[in-house]
Amino acid sequence: MKLKKSTVNNLISFGIVIIAFIVCQSMISTGVMKRSLRGQMIPICVYIVMAVSLNLVVGISGELSLGHAGFMSIGAFSGIIASAWLRTFGLENELIRLILSMVAAGVMAGVFGALIGIPVLRLRGDYLAIVTLAFGEIIRNVLNCLYFSLEGRRLHVSFNNPNIPGTILLNGPNGAKDVQKIATFPAGFVLILFTLFVVMNLINSRSGRAIMAARDNRIAAEAMGINVTKYKMMAFVTAAVLAGMAGALYGLSMATVTASKFKFDTSILVLVFVVLGGIGNIWGSIIAAALLTVLPELLRAFADYRMLIYAIVLILVMLVTNNPTMRALLGKLVPRRNGRQKGGAAA
Amino acid sequence: MVSFLRFLINGISLGSVYAIIALGYTMVYGIAKMLNFAHGDVIMVGAYIAFCAMQYLNLPPLLSVLCAMVVCTCLGVIIEGLAYRPLRQAPKLAVLITAIGVSYFLQNTALLIWSSNPKVFPSVFSVGQIKLFDGNLVISSETILTIAANIVIMVALTLFTGRTKMGKAMRAVSEDKGAAELMGINVNRTISLTFAIGSALAAVAGVLLCSAYPTLQPTTGSMPGIKAFTAAVFGGIGSIPGAMIGGLLLGIIEILGKAYISTELGDALVFAVLIIVLLFKPAGLLGKPVNEKV
Amino acid sequence: MSETVKRRQNTKMVPAPSHGIIPERDLYDSPVLEARHLGIEFGGLKAVDDFNLVIGKTEIAGLIGPNGAGKTTVFNLLTKVYQPTMGSIMLNGRDMHGMNTVQANKLGIARTFQNIRLFDNMTVEDNVRIGLHNQISYGMFSGIFRMPAYWQGEKRQHEKAMELLSIFDMQDMAKAQAGSLPYGAQRRLEIVRALATKPSLLLLDEPAAGMNPHETEELMNNIARIRDQFHIAIMLIEHDMNLVMGVCEGICVLNYGRIIAKGTPDEIQSNPTVIEAYLGKKKEG
Repeated sequence: MKLKKSTVNNLISFGIVIIAFIVCQSMISTGVMKRSLRGQMIPICVYIVMAVSLNLVVGISGELSLGHAGFMSIGAFSGIIASAWLRTFGLENELIRLILSMVAAGVMAGVFGALIGIPVLRLRGDYLAIVTLAFGEIIRNVLNCLYFSLEGRRLHVSFNNPNIPGTILLNGPNGAKDVQKIATFPAGFVLILFTLFVVMNLINSRSGRAIMAARDNRIAAEAMGINVTKYKMMAFVTAAVLAGMAGALYGLSMATVTASKFKFDTSILVLVFVVLGGIGNIWGSIIAAALLTVLPELLRAFADYRMLIYAIVLILVMLVTNNPTMRALLGKLVPRRNGRQKGGAAA
Repeated sequence: MVSFLRFLINGISLGSVYAIIALGYTMVYGIAKMLNFAHGDVIMVGAYIAFCAMQYLNLPPLLSVLCAMVVCTCLGVIIEGLAYRPLRQAPKLAVLITAIGVSYFLQNTALLIWSSNPKVFPSVFSVGQIKLFDGNLVISSETILTIAANIVIMVALTLFTGRTKMGKAMRAVSEDKGAAELMGINVNRTISLTFAIGSALAAVAGVLLCSAYPTLQPTTGSMPGIKAFTAAVFGGIGSIPGAMIGGLLLGIIEILGKAYISTELGDALVFAVLIIVLLFKPAGLLGKPVNEKV
Repeated sequence: MSETVKRRQNTKMVPAPSHGIIPERDLYDSPVLEARHLGIEFGGLKAVDDFNLVIGKTEIAGLIGPNGAGKTTVFNLLTKVYQPTMGSIMLNGRDMHGMNTVQANKLGIARTFQNIRLFDNMTVEDNVRIGLHNQISYGMFSGIFRMPAYWQGEKRQHEKAMELLSIFDMQDMAKAQAGSLPYGAQRRLEIVRALATKPSLLLLDEPAAGMNPHETEELMNNIARIRDQFHIAIMLIEHDMNLVMGVCEGICVLNYGRIIAKGTPDEIQSNPTVIEAYLGKKKEG
């Protein structure tokens, strides 16, 4: 039975994530894990969620998005503002506040995802990609001009005008300062579980099949009565919501957050996780995101050379995995693995 | 009115630089169907080479530019041969990520060689300026040179692709790689040539860009690169006149937007215009829409 | 009821061009498809021009013609892959003007493709489930949060998919990857997938292409069986004349985008214009 198989696969996935969490958590509490690495635990969770959600767009829906960090930034600032605002209501419980802030951030990012998706998903291929890039840059530019402040329970917003009353929450290009750090590693772990739950269940449902059908053969899908734009939108908005929640987790784990943190490079970084992990392969995204977030930290010994090494590794991996001759060569060296075939995404 | 003219001329000047970079993007896209994200960094390398030639070797400006062109041409051909050619049959995304890898590589190599401290690019072509409207409107020689270079390059490229055998081969390969190969065209050599031309243009663009905005850093190329890429899409990627028009319009919009609307939102404005244009012309201003055959 | 009467009155106003080839049993039902003066221009070139056709409720119709005659273009017009520049299409008495492919399918047209367009990376069963998308549905949230509607919907989809696959005895291939099937099986799967959308008119674009004579024979029987079992009209494009003449009740011959002949298989086989279109003009003397 197919249904059972997909359910079993999901349970195994959740099991592995839970075990990984327990291992990390015990390493932290026993002090085995280095301090520098410990600081990386929340970013790892954030980037795993970013990568899995982007994979929903790039791998499952087959549209190249170069502006995923834009949704992360919307989520980050929404989360920070929501958290500060909720505090004025005397909501001191950090866990509840974190959850509510993340939900608010997800909703906000989802709304923007829908607004942006309407024009973006009318386009095809590279044109779609460049427009997502453009939206990412527009979001960053606009956030650089936004000022938020809190006066009692009242939120003040202004555009391009730093003179607003009350305590400043978001200070234009200087971003948010003195953020109360309420994000925790267990919360990040729960967010990963939630993301996996949503994405995997979506893929194995009627809607998910429609999304993949639209990716594999748009004309045939339409001839079967599938509203392609609707299902591309579904994937796009779901990914935006998840990215917004990841953004909130990220924003609430840093003391200072500026919009420049979420520029084009961040979108690309997440895309690299997705492609290296295997397009459409959820587990690949998780592993690539975790490893590559830690990698620069591990390469710290090489100091100045680390980004150069990173670049070379990136190029070599792409060449080795995608060039027929190189792959054949690799196949001779390494005994045949049962690797899943990459590809399938039409960029 | 005079200030508007000044902004307009600045816009045309900046737009000319974008147009020259966009030509590189659009030619490479047209022929190899790939987004060469490393193109912006070739600009940066070109600018550094010209800078070093003038600063340390004391070469005259023109010779320095030539030097930068030669180095960038070689660089472009090497990048294509080592990183992109093995991926000719690979999925598009793999090539894109490789291009991003090359971009990181160039930036970080530049960082190691020249450090992140900004270099002040010497004003190469300051031979004088034109004053109009009783000195209210000053047009520098850099501006004139940039616009002139753009026109020359445009005319030369149009002639090259339209009249010469190599140019026709390029067009044939961009139409249909397989058919071109069957007609006896050496596809690999043609693609190399396209990268060579694009990279040589990038070197010119790098020098012109740094003459107008004289700070040079390893990341100098990335933002103009993205904008020029936007310009290429704006005009219809794959189309040479499209890149020209896209670049010029983008430069003008950026300068006028920064001057009259908001300095902070200049870039956002550029991208907003791109989105609006693509909504009405999904293949850019001069691009041809491609319909899938059923 | 009055709808049907009105329909018939309407059809009387304009003489139905293919009247006479509609099978007798369908004469008193309103036709499933009426195309009037249908045409499309591509940059001044008329790919299809003045295409008039009426298909009866349970008719099996054939569309034949030399290569490049515009047969697939007619299919693309009927399924709204292309928007016609002239004329009108009525499906089950409803004007299809301004509809897109998705709406056309929901209204009751399903098709297969000349160059097979299966979802290659999905299983055979999932391909059929895509066809069932609008027939057995539940929402996105039911799917994500595994609500009862999800379990029920999946179960019904599975059962229906298996039932449909049994038409061609393909149940045991349900778990196989669609792209890995042999050519003939892929063509059959495309038909099953199209049937899953519950059409009233099924368009088959060269269903026998690449099949061996034995498979073609089998397909011929199956086409008739599908019509009888589902009570639908079928229109097919085919180059295999044995199949066309064996299964079609009315045949329409297209050349250079225009209909040059319409009639029963016997009439078509002896029509001099048709012979000329296929074989060229006989030399004088």
